Amino acid sequence: MLTAIIAITLLALILGLVLGFASIRFKVEGDPIVDQIDKILPQTQCGQCSFAGCRPYAEAIAAGEVDINRCPPGGETTIQALADLLDVEPKPLDEECGVEKPKMLAVIDEDRCIGCTLCIQACPVDAILGAAKHMHTVIADECTGCELCVEPCPVDCIDMVETQPNPHTWRWPDPSHVDLQRRTGS
Amino acid sequence: MSAPLSDFPGGLKLPGHKKRSTQGPIRKTPLSKQLVLPLQQHIGAAAVPIVDVGEKVLKGQRIARAEGHVSVCLHAPSSGVITAIGDHAIPHPSGLSAPCITIETDGEDQWVERQQIADFRQHSAHELRQIIRDAGIVGLGGAGFPSFIKLNPGVHHTVETLLINGAECEPYITCDDMLMRERAEGILDGVEIMLFALRAARCILAIEDNKPEAIAAMRFALSARTHLTQTEIVVVPTRYPTGGEKQLIQVVTGKQVPTNKLPIDIGIVCHNPGTAYAVGRAILHGEPLISRVVTVTGTDVTHAGNFETLFGTPIKDLLEFCETRRQPDEPFIQGGPMMGYSLAGDDLPITKTANCILVGVDDVAPPAQPLPCIRCGDCADVCPASLLPQQLYWYSRAKDFDQTRDYNLFDCIECGCCDYVCPSKIPLVSYFRFAKTEIMNQERERHKSDLARERHESRLARLEREQQEKEERQRQRKAALAASKAAKAKEEESTKTSESADSVTEEKA
Repeated sequence: MLTAIIAITLLALILGLVLGFASIRFKVEGDPIVDQIDKILPQTQCGQCSFAGCRPYAEAIAAGEVDINRCPPGGETTIQALADLLDVEPKPLDEECGVEKPKMLAVIDEDRCIGCTLCIQACPVDAILGAAKHMHTVIADECTGCELCVEPCPVDCIDMVETQPNPHTWRWPDPSHVDLQRRTGS
Repeated sequence: MSAPLSDFPGGLKLPGHKKRSTQGPIRKTPLSKQLVLPLQQHIGAAAVPIVDVGEKVLKGQRIARAEGHVSVCLHAPSSGVITAIGDHAIPHPSGLSAPCITIETDGEDQWVERQQIADFRQHSAHELRQIIRDAGIVGLGGAGFPSFIKLNPGVHHTVETLLINGAECEPYITCDDMLMRERAEGILDGVEIMLFALRAARCILAIEDNKPEAIAAMRFALSARTHLTQTEIVVVPTRYPTGGEKQLIQVVTGKQVPTNKLPIDIGIVCHNPGTAYAVGRAILHGEPLISRVVTVTGTDVTHAGNFETLFGTPIKDLLEFCETRRQPDEPFIQGGPMMGYSLAGDDLPITKTANCILVGVDDVAPPAQPLPCIRCGDCADVCPASLLPQQLYWYSRAKDFDQTRDYNLFDCIECGCCDYVCPSKIPLVSYFRFAKTEIMNQERERHKSDLARERHESRLARLEREQQEKEERQRQRKAALAASKAAKAKEEESTKTSESADSVTEEKA
């Protein structure tokens, strides 16, 4: 009886030490699930989900505070990917947050720009270049199309335009859609 | 023949339809009034214009420079005046436009001064590659990869075999066949330079056995060059797609190029005979790449044949020269019937990668509604890359792109064998092309969102730093203020005490 108790106690102590060592030695920095969710989000940093950027939204999803259907730029693909990751049912996009739109690009009408720097301060990814009282311009490759610069502009010189495919970014059409069109057309 | 030939899995025996365009010699296409030159006719970065609108240029003059490493220069195919630099329709399956330089030709066809090199062995391999790059030479087999890169073995590789791919396995196309028949000497000139640049041990010229004239011509030219002992001509059986780079390597050497690897990783470099010819012209004659041999053939072409055509020549002019029954704006095929793509529009130019213009295909089945896949497995039997096309089809259709990658979608060479044998007439290759561009787009988006995240995070860090600096400044200012106040108070106090001391001494006095 006594030996059994001692043996179990010893075993428990040793295992406890091993676990304790492992938890310190292999400590995971941050919350990996937040990183995984953040990876799926489109990083537009637009705030349409009511959070100040993609990462805070990812943290809120990970904490189970909000639904996964609050990201209009990501649209259905993002919701599907999040549902797969978190093993929950996908839901349609929350209309409150906005609607899914094609990818947009901010374009500054350089003749009308007065150089107020307000859009520069609004841009979450530092994609606008310019200085006070000098013309500003958008770095097209860096623009995420979040539209946050449109509102602050006092002279309304920023337009959101749909990004056009070029031969390099062009994609072959989905053959099943082509079939469908042919069928409905004939 | 040194080694017995090997074989690749799958493949098809297709009717060649090559006689139609090999009846006459290569002819020159007449000079067009206007030449339209897309700035990107190769894989890599588009060339950058170095001429202005209104400038007069001579034939062979450089009009755009290479940008970055994977890029080549572009030259004026004839003398004339630059009339426009801007977007113009290009021969691309998307039907989109891209930046082009337009030249109004003056009909004089006056050459720029050419720098000929009599003995290329006096130059270093690096210098030769530079000349080849400046001459705008890209692979003329169809993909258009800058040739100078494929002539650089680098420090990590040694090239054992230079393989000249004269298989030309796709039906209808005969431009390499005719080039080998008529310009075997020129091709061997290029081969010698390529061997020198690559420091390759041997060269194999592989030709399919349905081209006896080309084989005879190449053998004859080779027999005259006794110093080319390490070069041999290998006749390979006619089977589609023997001309695929990896397939030909397997047939000739018995080696397989591993997934995600290049032929150079197993010591082989593969070039097209047209490219070899262009290299010879560039080094020995100082002529940049400004024209190529284009096959124009098909059931609707009256005078089918091969035509040496300047780049930028409108395809419409070429078709008019050959007399076709094609109606304006009727689509035609660029490339062959298996791998080519349909183009529409009358003002598309001939580019460096245009090997064949096909108008009308024999015994083509009417476009049928695809039927459901019955899992017969015929597509897997003919796949030369040993893939499972029916699985790839299911996953591409379901947009399950991770699975398509697991099934090695990117090993698919889009040869079209699976389409050809499918009893349900499913456009399998269209699904694979769709899945490939979707995956590439996802990669691009992921890359972009990673960059956006990085920029956003560094912006947040910057804002925080600025905030901290501001607080720090405020604190310092406050501290300074407090210090000065304290100092003042002290001073006042000390003056007071000294005053009081003074008064005391005064009193004492």
